[in-house]
Amino acid sequence: MSETAQAAKRQGADKAPPLVVRFAGDSGDGIQLAGYEFAKSTAEARSDFMTFPDFPAEIRAPTGTLFGVSAFQIQFGADEVLTPGDRADVLIAFNPAALATNLPNLKPGGVLIVDDSHFDARGLKKAKLETNPLEDGSLEGFQLIAVDVVKRTLEALDPLDLGRKRATRAKNFWVLGLVYWMFGRPLEATQDWLKSKFKKAPEVAEANITALKAGNAYGETLEISATPNLTAPRVARRRDNSRIMSGGQAMALGLAAVAALGKRDIVYCSYPITPASTLLHALARLEGGVRIFQAEDEIAAATAAIGASFAGSLGVTASSGPGLSLKTEAIGLAIAVELPLLVIDVQRGGPSTGMPTKPEQSDLTMAIHGRHGEAPCPVLAPATPDDCFAIMIEAARIAIETMSPVIVLSDAYLANAASDWEIPDIDTIPDLLWPEISPEEGDFQPFTRDVLTLARPWAAPGTQGLAHRIGGLEKAQGSGHISYDPANHAEMTRTRAAKISRLADRLPAIELEDGAQDGDILVIGWGSTHGSIAQAVKELNGEGARVSHVHLRHLWPLPRGLEALIRCFPHAVTAELNTGQLSSILRGEYLAPVTCISQVNGQPFHVSDLKAEIRKHLEAPSS
Amino acid sequence: MNELPLKPNDFGTDQEVRWCPGCGDYAILKAMKTVLADIGRSPDEIVFIAGIGCAARFPYYLSTYGFHTIHGRAAAVATGVKLANPDLDVWVVGGDGDFMSIGGNHTLHALRRNVDLNLLLFNNAIYGLTKGQYSPTSPIGTRSPSTPGGSTDQPVNPVRFALGAGAKFVARAADTLQTHLPVVLKRAHENKGASFVEILQNCLVYNDGAFGAINDRSQSHEATVRLEHGSPMIYGKDEDKGLVFDNATGAFEMTLLADLASKDALAIHDETNLVRALALAALEQPDFPVPLGVIYAADAPEFIEARGIAGTKSKWGRTELKALLSPPA
Repeated sequence: MSETAQAAKRQGADKAPPLVVRFAGDSGDGIQLAGYEFAKSTAEARSDFMTFPDFPAEIRAPTGTLFGVSAFQIQFGADEVLTPGDRADVLIAFNPAALATNLPNLKPGGVLIVDDSHFDARGLKKAKLETNPLEDGSLEGFQLIAVDVVKRTLEALDPLDLGRKRATRAKNFWVLGLVYWMFGRPLEATQDWLKSKFKKAPEVAEANITALKAGNAYGETLEISATPNLTAPRVARRRDNSRIMSGGQAMALGLAAVAALGKRDIVYCSYPITPASTLLHALARLEGGVRIFQAEDEIAAATAAIGASFAGSLGVTASSGPGLSLKTEAIGLAIAVELPLLVIDVQRGGPSTGMPTKPEQSDLTMAIHGRHGEAPCPVLAPATPDDCFAIMIEAARIAIETMSPVIVLSDAYLANAASDWEIPDIDTIPDLLWPEISPEEGDFQPFTRDVLTLARPWAAPGTQGLAHRIGGLEKAQGSGHISYDPANHAEMTRTRAAKISRLADRLPAIELEDGAQDGDILVIGWGSTHGSIAQAVKELNGEGARVSHVHLRHLWPLPRGLEALIRCFPHAVTAELNTGQLSSILRGEYLAPVTCISQVNGQPFHVSDLKAEIRKHLEAPSS
Repeated sequence: MNELPLKPNDFGTDQEVRWCPGCGDYAILKAMKTVLADIGRSPDEIVFIAGIGCAARFPYYLSTYGFHTIHGRAAAVATGVKLANPDLDVWVVGGDGDFMSIGGNHTLHALRRNVDLNLLLFNNAIYGLTKGQYSPTSPIGTRSPSTPGGSTDQPVNPVRFALGAGAKFVARAADTLQTHLPVVLKRAHENKGASFVEILQNCLVYNDGAFGAINDRSQSHEATVRLEHGSPMIYGKDEDKGLVFDNATGAFEMTLLADLASKDALAIHDETNLVRALALAALEQPDFPVPLGVIYAADAPEFIEARGIAGTKSKWGRTELKALLSPPA
C-alpha cells in the first residue's frame, strides 16, 4: 500500500473502534513473546489496551496438536479499553491446529493470516482436519492472507547461515513484522529489545531482527486487493507515567510496596504451582524487602509464613486452588492465634488439578467458609490488573490491623493479563503502621483487645519483658492461657467473628460503578470480571437500557450498604465465573432473590454474551 | 523481668503441667531448664515451637516465647521465625508422630536446608495423646488399639532418617539420664545449623519400658554406649565392653575388652565421619548397645546465613521502591 493510501486509511483513526488481534500457534512457537512485544508496541503507539494470554498447561506439547495450541489476544483502542475483546478482528494462525481451535474466535469478515507451510496431509491429520480449510471454501467469509511463513523466514535468514532449525525459530518475529506493517508500527523498539535481550548471543538478535524486517517488508509488497480493510485506532490517550503491567507483576510490586511502606522486610513463602508461580519468580528478582522461601510443600509455605508473622514480620503465602485446600488448616491456626497473614489464591479451573492455566472464580466459597470450626477471615479480590498492586497494600493493612489472615482472590486471567498501568505516586501512599507495644507491669496479657478493632496486641519474640505462649488450643480471653471453659469459648468465638464483621465499618462505602440507584437491574460482580461487566453495562446503557453495576473488592465481610442497594432494584444478578457462589452467599446473608449469570468454560466473559444474559434477566418477571 | 543470670526454675511458668505423673517429659523439661539457665540468654530471645501431641505441650511450661502450632508443622513454622528474625534462639519440640509421621517432610527439609534450629524429637514410640495407637517408631509386633494383633510395618530409625536427610548435627539422648541429656542439648544449641536430637522418652501409660534398659539409670550403661569424640567406644557398668569397627563389613561389632589384645583395636568415635555415623545409627537394642551422645557433627553453611539475611533490619524503603516502579529504560 502506498504512503498516501496508508495516510488516507488513518483518517478518522481517532474515532475508529477498538481492534482485537489474536496470535495462535504451538506452545513452542513463541506466541506469548510475539504477543507481548505487540502489546509493548501498542503502548508505544499510545493506545489503551488489555491482553489475554490463553495457553495450555503443557510446556511444549507435541507440535501441531490441538491441545498444544497457545494463544495471545489483545484489544487496543482510542477509548479506555477494559477487556481483551470478545472475537478478533485479526487472527494469526501459525499452523492447522491453531486455525482449527481459534477460528471461532475470529469475527465474520475478519482478517486471517495463516502460515500455510504446515497444511500438508501430516499437519491436517494432527489438527484432526479431514479437508484442507485453505482449499475447501470454509474460509470464504474471511479476508485470508496465506503465506508460507517458514519458507519466507528461511529465505530471509539464508545469508546468516544458521541452519534450518534455528532459522525457523525466528518465524514469530517475521509474523510480528507483518502485523506491525498492518498497523503502521515502528520496528525500532522491538529491535532494541532484541539487541539487549540477546546481548550474549548477537546472532540470535540478528536473526530475529532480520525476520522482523522481512515480514514488515513483505507487507509492503502485498497487492492492494490483499490488503486488509482495517483502520487502526490511533489516539494519544495513554498516560505519560505508565508502563505495561500484568496483574501478577503488579501484585509482586504491591508486596514490595508493603515492605517499603512498612520499612520492614516481609516474608513470602510458597510452593510452585500454576498460575501462582509467576509471583514467586517476580519476587525472587527483587533486591530487597521481601524474603523469599520456596517451601517443601503448600502446608510448609503457609505455616512458615505464620512463623514469620509470629516473629514480627508479615508472612505472605500464595497458591492456586489445590494449594489453598492444603493451606486450610494453617489458615485456621492463624485465625485461632490471631496473627496477621496474607494468603493469595490465584484461582484456576477446578476441582482438583482441573484446568491449571484457565481462569475461574470458583474458590470464593472456600475462601469465605472453607475451614473447620467457626473461622471467619477477610476476603478481598482485585478487580483489574492495576488493582493487584493497591490490593496488596490494603490487604496487608487489614491483616495487621485485625491481626487476622486475609485471603486475596486473584485468578489466572488477572495474573497474566497485561494493561497500561499508571505508576502510582508513592509519596501519596501513607506508611504502613505496625502496632507498637511496650513492656508492661506484671504478666503480659496477649489476648486483651483493642476497643475499636478487637485486635489483640502483637508482641514478637525478642521484645523485652513480653515473653508469652500462644497456640491452637482455645485461649482464655485476656490471659491467653489454655481454656476449655464453655462460656469463654462462646465469647472467644463471637469475638473472633465480631472482629471481622466490624472491619466492614471501616471499609469505604459501597458505590455504583455505573448506572443509577433507580436502574432496572443491578449487576453484581467481583474480581477479574470487572472489565467485561463494565464494558457490557456501558454498551447496554448506550443502547438505552438502565443497567447498574456494583463491583465488590471486599467479599468478606460484605460491604455495609450492599443489602440496601440490592433492594433498590427490581432485579439483582451476579455475573461470576462459577456456578453462582456469590449469589448463594448474598441470598443466604440477605434473603434477597439474587440470581446469577454463570460461566465456567475457563475463559473470561465475552462482553456480547454478558449483554445478552443481562437483557434476558431484564425481561424476566421482577422479583 | 528477672535479672540475668537466671536459675533453672526461673524458666518455669505459672501453667499447671498437664503430663501424666511419671511421664518422661518431666525429666526432659527439667534438663531443658538447666540448659537454658546455663546458656544464659534472656527468655525474651528464646522461642519454643511445637506441633501437636504430648511433647508439643512443652512451650507452655517455659517462660520463653512459645508457639503450640499444628500437627507436624513445627519445623516449618520455626523456619519462618528464623527468616523473619535470625537472631532468635529457636527450639522445635515434637513427638514421633510430629517429626516422623505427619511432619516427616518438614523434618527432612529443615535438616537438609540446615536451618539454625534445635530440633528435639521426644520419641516414645507410641501415640500418647490419642490414646495409645502404634507410631512410626513402634517396633514390629506392637499391640495397640489400632493394631490389636500386633503391628506389622517396619519402624523408622530417626537417627538414620536424619543422617539420610543430610543433617549436619545428629545426636541421641534419653529422658532419665540427667547428667548426659543436658550435655547433648547444650552441644545441639552450640551448633550453628539444624541440630537433631532424638530423646528416648518413656510413656508410662501406653508404652512403659519401650526402651528397656536404656533409660533405666541402673542398667543404662549395659544397654548404651556413650559417645565421646576422640575417645574409644567403651561401655558397660564396669567399662568392660567395647565396639570395634570391621572395615570389611562396614559395621560395628561388640567385644569384651578382655578378648582384645590391645585397647587400640577399639573404635575411636569420630563425629565428623558420616560412614561411621551411619554404622552407629544401625546399632539397635537388643542386639547392640544403643549409641548415645553426638553421633555426627559436621560444619556446613547455615540456611539463613547462606542467603545473606542478617537480623531484622530492612534495607528496603521508598527510595528503592520508586526505582523499582519506574519504567525500565
